[in-house]
Amino acid sequence: MIRRVWFVLALNLAFCWPALVSAQAPGQSGGELHFCLRAEPKTFNPLLVEEDASETIRYLTGGVLIRLNRQTQALEPGLAVSWKVSEEGRKISFRLRSGLHFSDGTPFTSEDVAYTMKALMDPQLHSPTGDSFRSGDGQVVVQTPSSDSVVVTFPAPVAGLERLFDQVAVLSAHSPKKETAVLGPFYVADYSPGSYILLRRNANYWKKDKEGKSLPYLDSVRLDFQRNRDIELLRFRRGEIHLINTLDADYFDRLQKETPAAVHDAGPGLDSEFLWFNQVSSAPLPENKKTWFRTTEFRKAISMAINRADLSRIVFGGHAHPAFGPVSPANHFWFNSSLPIPQYDSAGALRLLAQAGFRLQGGTLRDSSGNRVEFTVITNSGNKSREQMVAMIQQDLSQIGIKANLVTLDFPSLIERITRTYDYEACLLGLVNTDLDPNSQMNVWLSSAENHQWNPKQSKPATAWEAELDRLMQAQSSATTEKKRKSDFDKVQQIVADQQPFIYLVNKDAMSAISPVIRGSSPSVLDPHAFWNADVLRLGPDPALGAQK
Amino acid sequence: MNPLQKLAASALCAIFVLMVLATFLLPTPYARQFRDIPNADPSTAHPLGTDALGRDSLSRLLYGTRVSLLLAPAAALLSTMIAALLGSIAGLLGGWFERIVLAATDLSLALPWLFLLLVVRATLPLDVPPFVSVVIAFLMMGLLGWQAPIRVICAAARGVRDSDYLLLARSSGCRPARLLLGHVAPNLRPLFYVQFFISIPLFILTEANLSILGLGVMEPMPSWGNLVRGFEDFSTLAASPWRLVPLILLVIVVMCFQLVLPSQEVTQ
Amino acid sequence: MIETRKSTNFFRLGLRRLLFLVCLGLGGVLASATLVRFAPGYGAEERELDPRWRADSVEALRQKQGLHRGLPSFYFHYLSALAHGDLGESDSLKRPVGELLRRRLPVTGNSVIRGLGVAWLAAAGLASLGLVTRGWWFEASTTAFNSLLLSLPSAVVAMLAVHLRTPVFCAIAVVVFPRLYGYIRNLLVRSYHQPHVLAARARGLGSSAILLRHVLPLAAPPLLALFGVSFAISFGAAIPIEALCDSPGLGQLAWQAALSRDLPLIVNVTLVVSLVMLAANSLADLAGRAFAGSTQ
Repeated sequence: MIRRVWFVLALNLAFCWPALVSAQAPGQSGGELHFCLRAEPKTFNPLLVEEDASETIRYLTGGVLIRLNRQTQALEPGLAVSWKVSEEGRKISFRLRSGLHFSDGTPFTSEDVAYTMKALMDPQLHSPTGDSFRSGDGQVVVQTPSSDSVVVTFPAPVAGLERLFDQVAVLSAHSPKKETAVLGPFYVADYSPGSYILLRRNANYWKKDKEGKSLPYLDSVRLDFQRNRDIELLRFRRGEIHLINTLDADYFDRLQKETPAAVHDAGPGLDSEFLWFNQVSSAPLPENKKTWFRTTEFRKAISMAINRADLSRIVFGGHAHPAFGPVSPANHFWFNSSLPIPQYDSAGALRLLAQAGFRLQGGTLRDSSGNRVEFTVITNSGNKSREQMVAMIQQDLSQIGIKANLVTLDFPSLIERITRTYDYEACLLGLVNTDLDPNSQMNVWLSSAENHQWNPKQSKPATAWEAELDRLMQAQSSATTEKKRKSDFDKVQQIVADQQPFIYLVNKDAMSAISPVIRGSSPSVLDPHAFWNADVLRLGPDPALGAQK
Repeated sequence: MNPLQKLAASALCAIFVLMVLATFLLPTPYARQFRDIPNADPSTAHPLGTDALGRDSLSRLLYGTRVSLLLAPAAALLSTMIAALLGSIAGLLGGWFERIVLAATDLSLALPWLFLLLVVRATLPLDVPPFVSVVIAFLMMGLLGWQAPIRVICAAARGVRDSDYLLLARSSGCRPARLLLGHVAPNLRPLFYVQFFISIPLFILTEANLSILGLGVMEPMPSWGNLVRGFEDFSTLAASPWRLVPLILLVIVVMCFQLVLPSQEVTQ
Repeated sequence: MIETRKSTNFFRLGLRRLLFLVCLGLGGVLASATLVRFAPGYGAEERELDPRWRADSVEALRQKQGLHRGLPSFYFHYLSALAHGDLGESDSLKRPVGELLRRRLPVTGNSVIRGLGVAWLAAAGLASLGLVTRGWWFEASTTAFNSLLLSLPSAVVAMLAVHLRTPVFCAIAVVVFPRLYGYIRNLLVRSYHQPHVLAARARGLGSSAILLRHVLPLAAPPLLALFGVSFAISFGAAIPIEALCDSPGLGQLAWQAALSRDLPLIVNVTLVVSLVMLAANSLADLAGRAFAGSTQ
């Protein structure tokens, strides 16, 4: 252990000697946090991050101007001591912390922020982080009046502007080490493709604890690539890894039986699972099926006939909650609490269907021209809980005389069907929501957007309610006050509940497993659930670990 | 037949009879969910307990046995037929045709089969009843499983080609089609039977492997592979050993098939 | 004179085999490239479902994917790059394929060789032990054990290996062992019943002496051929086992490539796997022939 500390010291000496003096406080708590990534990160460039694994690396290594506290859902100062949004969300000015250094010792100034923003807003870059800032055509202007202040001006108002900076890790404009010079709590020290990434403590990290000790406490974080969740669970059980950031319901129950102290259910998370019918007019489907799918009563009846409580209880072992609509109740501010609670009512569903001309004959439902109501639900293969959900929905729908089939497809084939050929009838998928702000769902609700899954890329809205959705989404994004935005987005949620273009099924709980060895953890609903406060985590005494030393 | 073979054969017969009678023996429909008792322990109502969705495990096992035991032979039949046709023609004609067939066999061994299955699954129309898609899955396996028997059959057909009676038949002006059906096929018939019989357990195993990789029979239809996939968590097996029954049944059936066969010589 | 002609003949045969092998490998590559290109979902990526992308970025993504659109041009570029030793870049992992293969091949090779070693030792040991002891219970129990192993789906073996945290080579050994054991036992038994071995036995020679001096030399050529074949078997078994055990070898790489429709990666993994398997088979064949020639 002592050898390792010396090694770290030597490394720090080699890499960042200008800022060395204050960093290495005596009595460093130390230790190596060990957990698994489920895929290999595709990039180490924080601006290009688009998947979970890279996101994790960015979160642990990147320094951001403003940090969203994953627990309180409030914004906290990061590299910026203070900030101010003006001109109706078109302009933001930051005051930066002074005297900071990157992990390689390069000093941090406003130039770095300007460099980062320019690189991020380059139209050739194409990254989700940059795209979320893009509200209108035109140049983004970045000014640096002094070395500790930055002013960024956007061509059009950006809704929820300051929150977006939580995703922007500041790059160094001058460091020869490019994106490996970081301002976050850790830096990438070693990367072995196909097996692991080793992050080491960034001695130049700006944050200090209450006693003035510099953070992070940990010496290093080792991330192994491990796609197989069974193996991940086994390794956790054996104490080889310290945490599992997202835990599935059945794994949760298994672990709970053995070590109840290790598992945490933070309540309903932001992720939702939903089902939708294909309403694309050019879809290669029989006309009668297209008519069903476009009938509001039909969709509402399906929604009513699905027993969401059973889904949560059986498929997710109680670690999920019936979903109301596009916003999870976990999103405190944006959730519309006046939405009706989804009720299971197959008799009501039949009444609705009768209004739309469907009738139940000898146990099978037929439409007005006598066709049997039958459709196929597709979902991605290898996802057990989705397969189980469809199996349960099959039984629920058979109660009202509808025959539902299940076909699982591998992801690329599924995506081709739902985004290109539109050759499918219904699809069950989940949406991973990382952002609280409704602006991130713009591409879902605008009828002209790609991710308007039930009928994407319309030249003009096919229905009145979709036109209204367009109007409301545009209105909320340009509204100046949060209150107005909220009331607009509440209406969006209401329309979605009335029309059921997406039939929301459940919100899965945010579950994680954290070894009792870890001190200072407080699992949150927002991702990263288990290590959002990685800089204050430390390894406590553990008999097993002690023996190893 | 030695006593062990007799035992294996009678076990197989018993399981086949059980399978045929399964329709009358099913305690409940295989897809019916008893939602109040998911993951239940064995009871008089559910002798093997229930699965994660509350479906009766015994019914699923009986029905899955039927799916696997009816369709594996069908796949074996298909693959043996392809191998028999191609192999005997290749062996009979010899020359470049034989070389091409053998090269194609080598080549097809090198192709990414898992990927091909993935693709076939994705290209199928979505609107087919579950049973049809199961049949298609097995037929695909049959279509892809002809490489092993073809070499053996080709070698045997070569032997027939060089035999005296074929020379005689040929010299008396027998046409190729008649030569094939009237002389070669009857001589190779025992070999076809053996190859067919060898392939059955192979297809049972293939189906299990594919199901575990998520490429097998679709929910809610049960099959052995599908049921074996159910106990991914070995650590709970000690507490609920009855969940092993599908695997045990699968192993017993495959073992019986192997024991019934006379021991095979090395055939390259 | 005759000796040299024989050896040149043999050399020629080997050369022809090699040429044939390369042609087959390339044929396999072209076939699998066609397969991938026309597979549903080619060019579709999971990230297209991410609502944060703007329409023009999605379009840019698709344009980038469209680089391999023309299949003939892919063939041409691939073959000409291959001739220069360049294997291209993986679409999904964004790394040179050559580097990926260099990292993954040793992992797979290691498990295959170790697994094969264990399986051979166990199979040969058990088979000769059976021959020496000739007890019926030994025979029966090994046969039963063997057929039990044969009846386990290899995916279940892989799942067990995952659970017990045993290295991948154990799973490979378990899959390959029963196939080897049956062959080896048959071979030894057949050799044991040869007239000269019977004569030696009649002379009262010890059973281990018979095994070493009379049975093994007789069984050696087919055993050697079997070695090549068993290499191909274990390599073939390693692919799904690695995919299931998530061991960072070729199998896992192939599975990932298939799921993400990574054309350059699939094509090259196919090339490597097919070349290794075909080479093992041909070597076995050649070795068999060489031995047959020398013993005659």
